[in-house]
Amino acid sequence: MFAYIVRRVVSGIILIIVMSLVTFLLFFASPIDPARFACGKNCSPALQEQTRKALGYDDPVFVQWGDFLKGVVQGRDYPSDPALRKTAPATIAHCPAPCLGYSKLSNDTVLNLVKNAFPVSLSLAIVAFIIWISGGIAFGVIAALKKGTIIDRGIVGISLVFFAFPTFFVGLFLYQFIAIQWQIVPIPNYVSIADGGFFTWLVGLLLPGLTLALFYMAGYVRMTRAFVLESMGEDYLRTANAKGLAPRKVLVKHSMRAALTPLVTMAGLDLASLVGGAIITETVFNYNGLGKLAVTAARNLDLPLTVGIVLLLATFVIMANIIVDVLYAFIDPRVRVG
Amino acid sequence: MTISSDLASHTADTSLGTDPALEPVAGRSPTQLAMARFRKDKLSMAAFVVVAVYLLLGILAPFGVKFGILDPFSFHSSAKYLDIESGSIPKGFMGGISWSHPLGLEPGTGRDVASRLVYGVTFSLTIALSATIVAVSIGTVLGIVSGFVGGYVDAAIGRLTDLTLSFPQTLMLLALSGLAVAMIVQAGVPAGNVAQALFVILVLGLFGWPPIARIVRGQVLSIREREFIEAAKLMGAPRRRMYFKEVLPNLWAPLLVYFTLTMPAYISAEAALAYLQVSVKPPTPTLGNILTDSISYSSADFFFFFTPAFLIAVIVVSFNLVGDGLRDALDPRGAR
Repeated sequence: MFAYIVRRVVSGIILIIVMSLVTFLLFFASPIDPARFACGKNCSPALQEQTRKALGYDDPVFVQWGDFLKGVVQGRDYPSDPALRKTAPATIAHCPAPCLGYSKLSNDTVLNLVKNAFPVSLSLAIVAFIIWISGGIAFGVIAALKKGTIIDRGIVGISLVFFAFPTFFVGLFLYQFIAIQWQIVPIPNYVSIADGGFFTWLVGLLLPGLTLALFYMAGYVRMTRAFVLESMGEDYLRTANAKGLAPRKVLVKHSMRAALTPLVTMAGLDLASLVGGAIITETVFNYNGLGKLAVTAARNLDLPLTVGIVLLLATFVIMANIIVDVLYAFIDPRVRVG
Repeated sequence: MTISSDLASHTADTSLGTDPALEPVAGRSPTQLAMARFRKDKLSMAAFVVVAVYLLLGILAPFGVKFGILDPFSFHSSAKYLDIESGSIPKGFMGGISWSHPLGLEPGTGRDVASRLVYGVTFSLTIALSATIVAVSIGTVLGIVSGFVGGYVDAAIGRLTDLTLSFPQTLMLLALSGLAVAMIVQAGVPAGNVAQALFVILVLGLFGWPPIARIVRGQVLSIREREFIEAAKLMGAPRRRMYFKEVLPNLWAPLLVYFTLTMPAYISAEAALAYLQVSVKPPTPTLGNILTDSISYSSADFFFFFTPAFLIAVIVVSFNLVGDGLRDALDPRGAR
């Protein structure tokens, strides 16, 4: 088991390094000059040249990539110039140890920008996750138990409909009608737990959380339903019923166990990509999470910030993959081999 | 098919002899059986009809525009059509529905909504279809090579799959939009919507192939061990023949299913991209574009806001149902 985890972690780290190289090649080998956009409006050619030097854009892509990796481990200075450090330390922007880059446009390190946005995305992901996982499993089990009836069809049909409407339409619809027109909930707004307490935090996240959950729920309803139905034909379930186990226990302990492994996989990966920012939902509800940050970065062609977010998100996904695989190995011993 | 029907008539002739009570058994190929199963599934058939209608609309719309039946571009912004005093909302029932404008007019500009939607279907389906073709082609080729060759090649393609999967797709589309369009223009494609559409197609396709490659690889691993592959090998068939003449024809069932399940994902993706303003630019209509345009009128002209979203939802649901139906029909063991 330990060897398995080590193997997965090592291959994950290699994957992250390769991915960072590919990202650098994609973004810095393009015909767009990053210095022009980092320099901002009203930029003179001389200033642009200075910015290029300060941010290291005059180096070859591979050197830039090497500097980036070095920066992640030991931090770096912009510009990295020991002479300047002695004469005018105020002009140097220091980016401490896990340095993911420096956004000249925001005059801040990428890590700081991400740190500010992260709690919003994380909160949103958690609320959405709780709604969709409980809703998905509950409706999936109900649909399976009432297989073929109108309840079953209704649940599967409605979840498919919510899945099919574009997320931003559902979000805007909820926003427009539930919050503004009918005023069932207050207008969604992110308030951290530290500022407004748990309840205010939750209420503020209800509509965007629901928007995301409605989209994700469809898959979980279908999967839970399919696996519970499949397990109903199995011998071990007949045995459980025959020995007089309470129906509820049969359902929870035997039937749903079959659905657990695929659900863990799906939930882990979905959650990981959500933690990295729900681009559409955050834009619709105007929440300053990672998704919104990414949109702003991409619009302004703020390359260091964009690259930082892409790398961070991809790292989340890779790590989630590893965690899911390890969990999988715990749940299902057959996976450990190979 | 000819062999099986010959066989059927042959057995009917010899074994049944002159007994008229026994009908000769008509042999049916697995494909025919699957199609019969699909036809029995009413929901999938209904969905199939809907998909067919969309495809037909999509194909016919450009001709409609050319011959003046559809008019998605001209403005009707005079006071006769729009209520100039209150935000240029169309006059009349549900956004100005009339005989000449069956789905009303667009608020603000007064363009014909029905024409724009039908023409939008053309662009949305073209983008989704092209992106699906790119994704399925890459996935199929890499999957076949990976499964058939094995060894280092298989491992390399496997890592490439992992790498591609780890990129956040929506974010990449958004982040690359400025750069990649510039690259496409540099490669000689005229700037504007052609480059923009090409960008959407390429990025969707280039990031969308991994699941297909995995499925194909899994299938190829079992096909590889079959006798006809051995026979082809003994006859000295070249690689290309092995891949495309021996292996590929055995893959059409999973590919067809995957194709119909990827299409709706890309139709939704196009809408999301339009919302993020990285899809084809207006005035060219796509379903996503029209929906994005309608957002600011969501409360003033709800019908205009709802229609494009509804059209997207219907085609997405239909494609998914057809895909599910095909999967159940083609793989009876997987039937739930």
